[in-house]
Amino acid sequence: MHMPLEDTLGLNLLAANHHQAEHNREHFDAWQVLCLNVMSSPGAGKTSLLEQTLTALSADLAMAVLEGDMTTQLDADRLEAVGVPVVPITTGRACHLDASMVSGGLKLLQQRLDPASLDLLWVENVGNLVCPAEFEVGEHLKVALLSVTEGDDKPLKYPVMFREADCVLITKTDLLPYLPVDIARIEAHIRQVNPHCTVLRVSATNGEGLAAWHSWIRQQVSSQLASLRNPHGHNVVPQLVNA
Amino acid sequence: MHEVDMTKCLLLSMNQWRQQHSPAVPVVERVHLQVGDFTCVEPDQLLFTWRVAVENSWLDGAELAVEAVPLVGRCVRCQQTYSPAPDTAYRSPCCDHPMEEIVTGRELRIRSVDYTLES
Repeated sequence: MHMPLEDTLGLNLLAANHHQAEHNREHFDAWQVLCLNVMSSPGAGKTSLLEQTLTALSADLAMAVLEGDMTTQLDADRLEAVGVPVVPITTGRACHLDASMVSGGLKLLQQRLDPASLDLLWVENVGNLVCPAEFEVGEHLKVALLSVTEGDDKPLKYPVMFREADCVLITKTDLLPYLPVDIARIEAHIRQVNPHCTVLRVSATNGEGLAAWHSWIRQQVSSQLASLRNPHGHNVVPQLVNA
Repeated sequence: MHEVDMTKCLLLSMNQWRQQHSPAVPVVERVHLQVGDFTCVEPDQLLFTWRVAVENSWLDGAELAVEAVPLVGRCVRCQQTYSPAPDTAYRSPCCDHPMEEIVTGRELRIRSVDYTLES
């Protein structure tokens, strides 16, 4: 006779992904590289913003990009043209990057350069406001973009993405004169689901807000370096949800 | 359909759990999951992908029981708990404060496994 048994696990459903993400983060920390995971819906302007940002910062920060795309290398080619090393990760039908795909991307990156020579590693995620919010890749911080053309309700409709973000960029602000959209409402809705994140208005086209964005990046790179030198102040190790 | 990837993660955890019982073979009757309302997971899709994924595996026949966990916020001003909702922009009804503290609703947890052991 078999006795019915019960094991209490209290393990995160995504534990397998979390373990790999933690492993990736250990590498980033050992290399003293800040990793930023950039997420948004398709067409919100991730690649344009990165083109601009890589160009502006490459004189004083050593950077590389892991470029997630479902089927094409179009974005990777655009960023490579800026002169920064780019590793394309085509996800096939998957609508997000996960930690093992990023781990694979890191191995390819290591064939091209020594990651310890970098200051900043960008992960440009697949365009999607849903799935990437739940799949950590080992990043230290999450950056979410929302373009003014998407409407002010998106932070309320896709709250998990905006809740998880450390920095939200409201992009394409150069289009504001042509749109019946209230940017203050967009900001207010972001604040409703995430009162403490950094919110910046930017335009990769006319340059609005880019100085503040660049200074946020520089600030994060230096505080990451400082926290690695002072491990007690280090609070970026992922926490598994336990029972 | 990121529920497919979530199911893959769940199966990896279940395979590791099985190895802990080796050489005995656990026969799993039910896996209990807690899925918060403030996650990007659709329980019905998870149940569907689970049924497909376990077919002809050692977990064939095992049921997935999903317990939905409601989104509960706590107003940081007056400490009252409330149910944040999109139509009220997740604000607290007492002070109109933004959703600062989430008490429950972010769970994606394998709570427990019901099983018998075959020696």
